Amino acid sequence: MPPRFLPLLFRPPLMNEPATAVPVGPLVDISDLRFRYGARPILSGVTMQFGRGKVIAVMGGSGSGKTTILRLIGGQLRPESGAVRVAGQEIGALKERDLYAVRRRMGMLFQFGALFTDLSVFENVAFPLREHTDLSEQLIRDLVLMKLNAVGLRGAHALMPAEISGGMARRVALARAIALDPELIMYDEPFAGLDPISLGVTANLIRSLNDALGATSIVVTHDVAESLSIADYVYFIASGKVAAEGTPDDIAKSTDPFVRQFVDGAPEGPVPFHYPAPSYASDLGLAEATTSAVNRSASTQCT
Amino acid sequence: MHMIAVNAIAALGGWSIGVVRNAGSAARFFIAIVARTFHALRRFRLVRDQIHFLGNYSFVIIVVSGLFVGFVLGLQGYYTLRRYGSEQALGLLVALSLVRELGPVVTALLFAGRAGTSLTAEIGLMKAGEQLSAMEMMAVDPVARVIAPRFLAGVIAMPILAALFSAVGIIGGYIVGVQLIGVDEGAFWSQMQGGVDVWNDVGNGVIKSIVFGIAVTFIALRQGYEANPTPEGVSRATTRTVVAASLAVLGLDFILTALMFSAS
Repeated sequence: MPPRFLPLLFRPPLMNEPATAVPVGPLVDISDLRFRYGARPILSGVTMQFGRGKVIAVMGGSGSGKTTILRLIGGQLRPESGAVRVAGQEIGALKERDLYAVRRRMGMLFQFGALFTDLSVFENVAFPLREHTDLSEQLIRDLVLMKLNAVGLRGAHALMPAEISGGMARRVALARAIALDPELIMYDEPFAGLDPISLGVTANLIRSLNDALGATSIVVTHDVAESLSIADYVYFIASGKVAAEGTPDDIAKSTDPFVRQFVDGAPEGPVPFHYPAPSYASDLGLAEATTSAVNRSASTQCT
Repeated sequence: MHMIAVNAIAALGGWSIGVVRNAGSAARFFIAIVARTFHALRRFRLVRDQIHFLGNYSFVIIVVSGLFVGFVLGLQGYYTLRRYGSEQALGLLVALSLVRELGPVVTALLFAGRAGTSLTAEIGLMKAGEQLSAMEMMAVDPVARVIAPRFLAGVIAMPILAALFSAVGIIGGYIVGVQLIGVDEGAFWSQMQGGVDVWNDVGNGVIKSIVFGIAVTFIALRQGYEANPTPEGVSRATTRTVVAASLAVLGLDFILTALMFSAS
């Protein structure tokens, strides 16, 4: 069997591999990362490490740059400064061919699944296998059904993406993301819009897949309870920086106002709910009316 | 007054930079597609599926349009030639009009409106649904996997559709000229056989349709690939495809006609 198929069937290192083949250090290392969309800064000096074999949650408010971090790790965006290293290779400095080689070791679950709408559920999961391997049709079939069984959708293999719900599409996308048994799995909002049963199953699936594959998982999410239940380490992003970090126990006990607001879901705190705006009264024209009423009252009293 | 002049110069500069940047981006995209055509040819199944898809989309409209254009050519040609007593040359007039001009040009315009818009919308919606991004993250080059096969399919489908248009148009001219008006059937076909040159007329028509196929398919694919990933963005890109591709076809037709038929 050609060597390129071996990772599919034998994920753990082979017994006769030399000791030097065992990797050390974090799988993903981000240092002093800065990024902006046009004139709008998104990340301003982020430093993070994603250890091998760990599930790491990245949390933060909407627009805080969580998904941008995933895109920078995947090389779809280039940093303004700083470095993103995956397995020791600096992603921003790689040529296209090398970048594609690194991406073969990654899997990514997109927020809305990003399934190919012209392919069936089966063909969506088979897509990376067909593109990157020369496996026989029988072996591809078995692998696809195994991956679909892992996400509970083996019975839906013949359906088209338009025939399944959003939650099911996310699970199919997860099966596709792990089709090549990647070293690094990135999840962009995997819990958004899932019903409670699917949410619990998906959270456990992320943990168990990570452990079974010996992979590293980065979970970008808003869902505090599920994330803390499966993650080994948590980063909070706010204002373009890492606002807090620690193990789930550290986070649960934290007295940091930002962490407390996020964990408790409090409307008041360091993260404002309202987008910056003039005063509500002045927008509704009440400020002028109040001022005029006060002036009228004052002039009446004078007379 | 001074500020108005400065603003006008700044606007002109901004426009010029935009034009050059757009041209550079288009050239890079074209080179990227051409560089991946070999990859697409190696996986000809993808190209074949797209030829089937694009051909099916355009087949009915091409055939029906060809028939009516042939009818009109038969009528107008007969009315004009009759003034000079040359109605026997109707077959030649219909055939030359179709294979040299109307076949490639009208087919390209119809192809832009039917298959071109569907290509733009398909690629734009794939972009909006993050399917192209997902492909990139799976280490699959979307230009090689999605764009290049569609480009090749468009370039191959276009001359086939133009040939169909011309053939059906000639049948339309025959129906009106010979069957309805009563032009001599032998003269109709023999004048055509004697006056249409395979290389100068049919060959140049085929070259035209290949060039139009390249232009229309490239414009449609680029508009989809560069579309804003929103419903409005895809809608605007689809409209731009029809406008840009139609103008490109008419402009290229003038240049090609001047180059090809100036000596004949």
